[in-house]
Amino acid sequence: MQTLFYILAGTALVAGALVVFQTHPLRSALWLIVNFFAVAGIYLLASAEFIAAIQIIVYAGAIMVLFLFVIMLLNLRQPEEPMPMSALGSRILAVTLAVTTGFLVMFGLKQAVIIPARTGPPGLGNTESVARLLFTDYLLPFEVTSVLLLVAIVGAVILSKSRLK
Amino acid sequence: MAVPLECYLGLSVALFTLGAIGVLIRRNILIILMCIEMMLNAVNLAFIGFADTFKAVDGQMFVFFVMTVAAAEVAVGLALVVAVFRNRATVSVDDLNLMKW
Amino acid sequence: MIDYVWLIPVFPLVGFLINGLLGQKLSKNTVGAIGSGAVGLSFLLTVGIFLEYLKLPPQARPVEKVVYTWIASGAFQAPVAFLVDPLSLIMLLVVSGVSTLIHIYSVGYMHDDPGFYRYFSYLNLFVFAMLTLVGANNFLLMFVGWEGVGLCSYLLIGFWYEKQSASDAGKKAFVVNRIGDFGFLLGMFLIFWTFGSLNFREVFALAGNFPVGDLTITAITLCLFLGATGKSAQLPLYTWLPDAMEGPTPVSALIHAATMVTAGVYMVARCSALYVLAPISLTTVAIVGAGTAIFAATIGLAQFDIKRVLAYSTVSQLGYMFLACGVGAFISGIFHLMTHAFFKALLFLDSGSVIHGMHGEQDMRKMGGLKKKMPITYKTYILATLAIAGIFPFAGFFSKDEILFFSLVDGHLVYWGIATAAAFITAFYMFRSVFMTFHGEARWDPHVHPHESPPLMTVPLIILAVLSVVGGFVGFPIIEGLHVFRDFLAPSITPLKAAEHHSVTFEVAMMIFSMGVAGVGIYTAYKMYMVKPELPDKVVAKFPTVYDYVYNKYYVDELYDATVVEPIKDGSNFLWTGVDDQVVDGAVNGSAGFVAWLSAHLRKLETGFLSNYALAILLGVTVIVGYLLGYVG
Repeated sequence: MQTLFYILAGTALVAGALVVFQTHPLRSALWLIVNFFAVAGIYLLASAEFIAAIQIIVYAGAIMVLFLFVIMLLNLRQPEEPMPMSALGSRILAVTLAVTTGFLVMFGLKQAVIIPARTGPPGLGNTESVARLLFTDYLLPFEVTSVLLLVAIVGAVILSKSRLK
Repeated sequence: MAVPLECYLGLSVALFTLGAIGVLIRRNILIILMCIEMMLNAVNLAFIGFADTFKAVDGQMFVFFVMTVAAAEVAVGLALVVAVFRNRATVSVDDLNLMKW
Repeated sequence: MIDYVWLIPVFPLVGFLINGLLGQKLSKNTVGAIGSGAVGLSFLLTVGIFLEYLKLPPQARPVEKVVYTWIASGAFQAPVAFLVDPLSLIMLLVVSGVSTLIHIYSVGYMHDDPGFYRYFSYLNLFVFAMLTLVGANNFLLMFVGWEGVGLCSYLLIGFWYEKQSASDAGKKAFVVNRIGDFGFLLGMFLIFWTFGSLNFREVFALAGNFPVGDLTITAITLCLFLGATGKSAQLPLYTWLPDAMEGPTPVSALIHAATMVTAGVYMVARCSALYVLAPISLTTVAIVGAGTAIFAATIGLAQFDIKRVLAYSTVSQLGYMFLACGVGAFISGIFHLMTHAFFKALLFLDSGSVIHGMHGEQDMRKMGGLKKKMPITYKTYILATLAIAGIFPFAGFFSKDEILFFSLVDGHLVYWGIATAAAFITAFYMFRSVFMTFHGEARWDPHVHPHESPPLMTVPLIILAVLSVVGGFVGFPIIEGLHVFRDFLAPSITPLKAAEHHSVTFEVAMMIFSMGVAGVGIYTAYKMYMVKPELPDKVVAKFPTVYDYVYNKYYVDELYDATVVEPIKDGSNFLWTGVDDQVVDGAVNGSAGFVAWLSAHLRKLETGFLSNYALAILLGVTVIVGYLLGYVG
């Protein structure tokens, strides 16, 4: 199990690094799908089957298809032009800061004493228990997400219209 | 035998940092969006790790909602990218400095 | 009828509104009729009230009519109310009567002026303000009128505002008057502070409780007198009056000779109850009056502008009135005010007639020999000149003689000496103007064809001439009971001391002497300007320095310019360029400039590039996480 986790984690990190450092967006997108699949595998290891399923269906499926569609729609053939030297400083600063933050968070988490808010019986996490919680305690947020999605749909339609009146 | 919480969190932080670096150094707005997705994924991973460690489904609830928001965000974000591209024929953030005004 | 006293000032106000608002659309005849009619109605009403007042039993006098409470603030009450007593009645009669005549005269005089309706609306506004001034029963309402006449004076002096000198003269009059008004205001504040009221009768009743020589009363009266010197053109604030001759001549007659300038005298007489308690103030009044009388008279000797001669004689005659008030002969001051109103208005209107006939020429050196061309003007001018010189039986004789008499018996030999000298000079320069204007050979420009004025102008002249001749008889001296004027006015005036009886021989001797002085003055003028016209030039050649000083009005204007006007200008310039431009504007522009400078640099932070904003967010995250960890750890 531990071994499997490390394999999947390594895949996710490598894929993630390739997403960041690929010059062509199409390749980045494909590597992102690999990353999503690896993460979905980790979800399965953590006995979150439902989440793993929608991770693949929604993220790796729907969202990434959308990305690919847009990339191809815009027909971005030429790779990103090389970075201007003037921007190098801020890039280095950005990387340094991001890494520093990461280490800080990691350091902080190591020191933190984590007290769980609620612990359930082991073995939970199957689809049924997710659904039970979703339609009882989290019913209102669940309904609100439907409104959010509706708004997003309307927004996307409006933005995509060829001429804004 | 379960995976310890530290492993989940370490991977989560690593992915998040990677995503942040991507957001900051890339200029293609599509790749920046993808990196944001990756950062969201890193956060989801932390939730799942906690849920697994404490055997609580609440963490999975948050992941579910984050995914929904991510889906909405991508839909609107990509629509914006298309609109911007249509007007300015570029997807480089260096060319998009209209926020100055 | 006495209940309708408030209508007296309202008529001219209505006239002002109609002429001012609609005058442009009305014909000149209508405008003139409305203007003159409004003032005429006031005059008729005043006469009616006067007659009714005479019938009132003494205990019913005086009458106060409150129209409405204008300001009521705690203990402070300022109603719009009118006091009908002998003093205000005399003033109302003089003001409205002379105004009516001058209005009628103006219809003829101003007939060709494009600002005809504007002129009449100003004139009506002036009459409104003046009637308010003399009719008011409290200091505040009086001050309203006081300021109102000042405003109208400014408007009318600068009536031909496209002329630089006219608008300058208007400004000068306004500014100099403001100095006096400042004194009036201070006096008014002191009165309210001391007595808790501004009502004339209340204040004067309370004043009886103060001892003679009280410092507060002295301060009040001195402040009020400063106001009077401004309005009545006394030393040191007289300089505006000669310049006021830039206005149309009927305005000079009405405002700067007959009515407005006498406001100061009226005010001092009205406050006689206060002045008798302040010997220092009375002495000041007398000295200023006597000084002004002789000072202005000497300047009048060397002027060639016919209106300027009259202007300086006005200043001088006002000095007489103040001299009378200063020695406690308030009634004589008012008496001279009334007779002076008649003959000085007449003199000015005559000069206006001359100027009208000479097509605007004012220099007496370019006149002469007008006697034949303007018979009515000439005759009335002679009558008025005899009156001002103080020849029996003309109006000026009675009043001037009274002042001379009282300045000797109640005042001081010096006052009398000065006043007599001034009387001599007055007689001299007034006849000088007669001879230069009407006698001798014609010196006018060839293109000028002098002509007599139309009846609209000559009829008021004749009426005023009659008044100048007989007006003095209401104050017939010597014989007990014939001085109607004194007996009528006595209730309004607080006398300095009880009336004394002087021997008839003494009084008659005084009269003969003063007439003799005037006669010598006239004879000298005759000698110098009729018999030996070369004599004046010889005198001038003999005393060039003295003549230079007199001709240039003792350089008082230049002195004021150098000591007051220029320093104020310099100070203001410094405040403008130094303080306002540098400090105030500097502070304002500087703070704006600092913000602009700061923004210019800060805006560079706002690149508009997404990455920079994301970087800033990350920086913030790093700092916050670092801080929280340090906090937790």
